[in-house]
Amino acid sequence: MVPLSAYVAVSAVLFMTGLLGVLIRRNFIIVLMSVEIMMNAANINLVAFSHYLESMAGQLTALFFIAVAAGEAAVGLAIIIVVFRGKVSTNVDEMNVLKW
Amino acid sequence: MVAVFFAYFALVSIAAGVLTVSLKNPVHCGLALLALLMHVSGLFVLLNAEFLWAVQVIVYAGAILVLYLFVLMLLNLKADERYFHASYPYFLGPALLGACYVIFLLIRSPYAGVKGDVPDAAVLEHGDTYAVGIKMFSDHLLQFEIIGVFLLGAIIGAIVLAKTPKSIDSMNGKE
Repeated sequence: MVPLSAYVAVSAVLFMTGLLGVLIRRNFIIVLMSVEIMMNAANINLVAFSHYLESMAGQLTALFFIAVAAGEAAVGLAIIIVVFRGKVSTNVDEMNVLKW
Repeated sequence: MVAVFFAYFALVSIAAGVLTVSLKNPVHCGLALLALLMHVSGLFVLLNAEFLWAVQVIVYAGAILVLYLFVLMLLNLKADERYFHASYPYFLGPALLGACYVIFLLIRSPYAGVKGDVPDAAVLEHGDTYAVGIKMFSDHLLQFEIIGVFLLGAIIGAIVLAKTPKSIDSMNGKE
């Protein structure tokens, strides 16, 4: 029987990896992929607690998270395409039109 | 046996996550992300969540990842880009220290909570899909409807954002 803390530790490591990716990568698409890694870490946590606390609410929340992730990916990639059309770059350092 | 599978899925998903963050070519990053998603779905199977396993494979690996790969193909990125933040070694050290501390705390802490009303035997009796469906269409019906409206808004937003803008001349010519 795998203890709950093992799942929580795996999820924490994955979340840290995703956070590090958001912080150090400069390519917008990879930054979005790192956000997906963090969402997956949260999903592991939700499902693990749902299993160990014998409740269905965690699994349902994970399901809704996946739907939200799908919407987020679609809109994020559309934003990338719009920015790329104007600047021909996906480097997040160069996307500073709204900064003043 | 479950412990062996858990170790395999956990280690490979962590390795794939690190590869996703560290590889240079964005397409390779996408493929590493695919490996991550598949192994996370394996963890879901170990937790008796077969329905989420199917959703993870179909929606994440089948739809979202293909969307990413299509955008990568359309953009045709140049190889001479700067890949990491200029001062990334300074992020790396504190992040590793913080990760070690957080994992130490997580493994030591006792987990307890109010037990729900769906024990393992009840899930296994009719299957996970049945249990999820009963719960979703009774207690979480409003969230289900909201997610539907949200997805419609996301689709319309993505189409409107990514549409090729009309040139000003053609708009003037119409009027």
